[in-house]
Amino acid sequence: MQKKELQVSAIKNGTVIDHIAQNHVERVLYTLNLSKYKDQIYFGANLDSKKYGKKGIIKVSNKFFAPEEISKIALVSPTATLIEIRDYEVASKKQVEISDEIKGLVKCVNPNCITNHENVLTHFEVVNKDEIVLKCRYCEKNTTKTNIEFV
Amino acid sequence: MKEKSLISINDYSKSEILEILDIAEGFEKNPRQPILSDKVVSTLFFEPSTRTRLSFESAANQLGARVIGFSDAGTTSAKKGESLKDTVLTVACYSDVIVMRHPLAGSARWASEVSPVPIINAGDGANQHPTQCLLDMYSIRKTQGKLDKLNIAFVGDLKYGRTVHSLVIAMCDFDTTFHLISPEALKLPSYVKQHIKDKNLEYHQYLSIEEAIDKVDILYMTRVQRERFADPIEYENVKNSYILTKDQLKNCKDNLKILHPLPRVNEISEEVDDTPQAYYFQQAQNGVYVRQALLSAILGAV
Ligand SMILES: [Zn+2]
Repeated sequence: MQKKELQVSAIKNGTVIDHIAQNHVERVLYTLNLSKYKDQIYFGANLDSKKYGKKGIIKVSNKFFAPEEISKIALVSPTATLIEIRDYEVASKKQVEISDEIKGLVKCVNPNCITNHENVLTHFEVVNKDEIVLKCRYCEKNTTKTNIEFV
Repeated sequence: MKEKSLISINDYSKSEILEILDIAEGFEKNPRQPILSDKVVSTLFFEPSTRTRLSFESAANQLGARVIGFSDAGTTSAKKGESLKDTVLTVACYSDVIVMRHPLAGSARWASEVSPVPIINAGDGANQHPTQCLLDMYSIRKTQGKLDKLNIAFVGDLKYGRTVHSLVIAMCDFDTTFHLISPEALKLPSYVKQHIKDKNLEYHQYLSIEEAIDKVDILYMTRVQRERFADPIEYENVKNSYILTKDQLKNCKDNLKILHPLPRVNEISEEVDDTPQAYYFQQAQNGVYVRQALLSAILGAV
């Protein structure tokens, strides 16, 4: 634990997003709109991980993510772990989780889908949680990890 | 099925499909019955499809229903920027069931979520056209006397044809052996093949009709369109292989019937029309009985 903390500075209060898949740190930052965040953010990439070989990590001061934001993290990097820190102590630690259904959040990849033309909330059934395959309730086409775009 | 929308063929269980086919058989014997004389059916065609619209309207009229609607979105409020939701909510005030065709995929599902009356999907973009699938199944059962354990060939554009995809998936419930005849570039997509594999059924792929013609009970023809090919030379090379001629039928089984969703362009030579195998016009006729069955089941009249 000590050694790991040396790689990226510790935070007093906030959230550590650990075990981000290799090369996905930027994507997570972008997805959570953290480029506009005013408080301190530390991030690291290509860090050694026992479990995954290489990993990324993001530490966000004074930020605790809402369930909707956690779903987004899960869609971008399903391996991520969320650690909430309060007064330098780990307050909670959990694996991000993808629900069986995703409402809103994600755009349907099909340009001819009704959800891309009218004011319709997107609605997907998660047909594969590991690969991230989302089946549109409306046009029945699959949106996958490689072409996910957030609303 | 009363008051239940039909958006995708997957909305109906195998037994519900068979029930619709049985009801349709009754209408074939006795197509004019005034059982919907107190009902109003609306047909909203946001894109033209004369054949499908007339089939629905004929079905409704023969059962005594009144039909209202439009057949060209250019003349409607949709053109003025009205949302689909508003159009559907308004028309639902005027009718007991809405038959709709729309160029966008998923439009029918969305309509069914906002509409207080049931929706029948008559085609939503490249997605679903469930009444076509039902009339195909009706035609198969009628000509072969059963739906189970048949050898069915699909010919032509198996990649983009939604009709083919829906019918293949629906026939996976009936122990079908599939014979897939298409150019290399227009093979059946793997997600559809997965349905066949999931049911442990057999499928064979061929490049020409001749290779399979002596094995099959049904030959389901579709059109191979030039614009589906990235390489025009490839189209020129294959186009004649997927045009059915009388000569190609010489080794066929006695019970073979040829189906086609219509309209045909040139993929079946006119000389085939007079053979005992040609069934595509009766197939269109069957569409009326199947739509009568659906309308009356959904409106609670049978
Ligand atoms: Zn969609």
